[in-house]
Amino acid sequence: MDKLSVEHLTGIEHLTKNDIDLIFKTADAFKEVINRPIKKVPSLRDITIANLFFENSTRTRLSFELAEKRMSADVVNFSAASSSVKKGETLIDTVNNILSMKVDMVVMRHPNPGAAKFLSERIDAKVINAGDGTHEHPTQALLDAYSIREQLGEVKGKKVVIVGDILHSRVALSNIYCLQKLGAEVMVCGPTTLIPKYISGLGIKVEHNLKKALEWCDVANMLRIQLERQDMKYFPSLREYSMQYGLTKKILDTLSKKIIVMHPGPINRGVEITSDVADSDQAIILQQVENGVAIRMAVIYLLASQIKRQ
Amino acid sequence: MERQVILNSEHFELTIKRLCYQLIENHNDFSNTVLIGLQPRGINVLTRIKEHLESILGKEVLCGDLDITFFRDDFRRREIPLIPSATNIDFVIENKNVVIIDDVLYTGRTIRSGLDALLAFGRPDQVELLVMIDRRFQRDLPIQADYIGKMVDTLISERVSVEWKEIEGEDKVVLFTPETNG
Repeated sequence: MDKLSVEHLTGIEHLTKNDIDLIFKTADAFKEVINRPIKKVPSLRDITIANLFFENSTRTRLSFELAEKRMSADVVNFSAASSSVKKGETLIDTVNNILSMKVDMVVMRHPNPGAAKFLSERIDAKVINAGDGTHEHPTQALLDAYSIREQLGEVKGKKVVIVGDILHSRVALSNIYCLQKLGAEVMVCGPTTLIPKYISGLGIKVEHNLKKALEWCDVANMLRIQLERQDMKYFPSLREYSMQYGLTKKILDTLSKKIIVMHPGPINRGVEITSDVADSDQAIILQQVENGVAIRMAVIYLLASQIKRQ
Repeated sequence: MERQVILNSEHFELTIKRLCYQLIENHNDFSNTVLIGLQPRGINVLTRIKEHLESILGKEVLCGDLDITFFRDDFRRREIPLIPSATNIDFVIENKNVVIIDDVLYTGRTIRSGLDALLAFGRPDQVELLVMIDRRFQRDLPIQADYIGKMVDTLISERVSVEWKEIEGEDKVVLFTPETNG
């Protein structure tokens, strides 16, 4: 069926493989659109979308806003820093106020895990999760898998290692779900303190030696150390982390094959990845950003097609 | 549904050839003309026209495929979302004569979307429309074709299908009429 099985995008966990394939197929067409001389199509001209960001974001927020505007939707932006949330308003009250202004879809980033699902069960608008705490970041995982498919032809059978702060990363969890649904083999790599205990229950490999992990994989997805979410010290120093788990050109050159390097951003140059790797032809970081717009257009388009007008 | 062949393979071939010569009358050697087929079924007409034109002219004719999904006016009026096909236009249409090609002209809504989609690629000099079948008297919008394979008078309950030997096994045009009771 050429239809999403879900009514909201709260996480990859609830998507089927068919859903992901449908999103990719639709994103292919949008990728062509955003490379046209006139990059705008009128599909969503009577849809209003609210971007609610209760947490800081640059890339994701810009990417969503651009995706919405490329499809001619009306867009309202909200950020917690400049809102009544600071005055003690609850999430539901904030959102209901915005919805009274006739908004059809909400794109939300929130520091609490499960916030998007909570919202989707209580409001009469489509909800897209743009990151909920350390839980999921579905559109990032979709664009990562889409970028792998673009580079390697398909995701099935490919070996992907996710390196870094797995414990605090919503990107890691969404990526694991997404890659597994598409038939890839997944490994996580990082210091013991930054790998959650339950992770083996997800059916993935765990490796603590970066060199071994890189020898195994076709794609390495390097994650940032999320210092803002760390409530205690998980490793002695950033310098020590970088020496053990930082990806350098020197390590890449010793590998027996050429692997693809990904990063969801923002990059901390010199910590998880050195500049010569981030700027090398093996890194597809900027392609990921471009694909992000196409993927978000596809997700919004497919969910918006479920909104019926009388 | 009752089936009635309204154009058999012999006449089908003649019709395609006639359309090619009509195009040549207006566009000479096609030095400033491009043909754009509308996805999905207009591409079949385009492929056949291109094949004949190139054999008559002895040179390549510039062709592209255009998908109109994101420009349609019936988005969110269907149960299943409209899933796009590929667009392949790897040339500039600025100041070119463009001939839009589709299989059946019915309400005119597809062509309206096609015109909007086309203008996202630039400002052509002139745009014309070629269709294999014109279901006249059924238009929702004031749109007419410049080159017509065959005109047919149909009821709204009827359906016209242009079939191709590469896909359905035989070149023909079929009119489907709902069976009436008595």
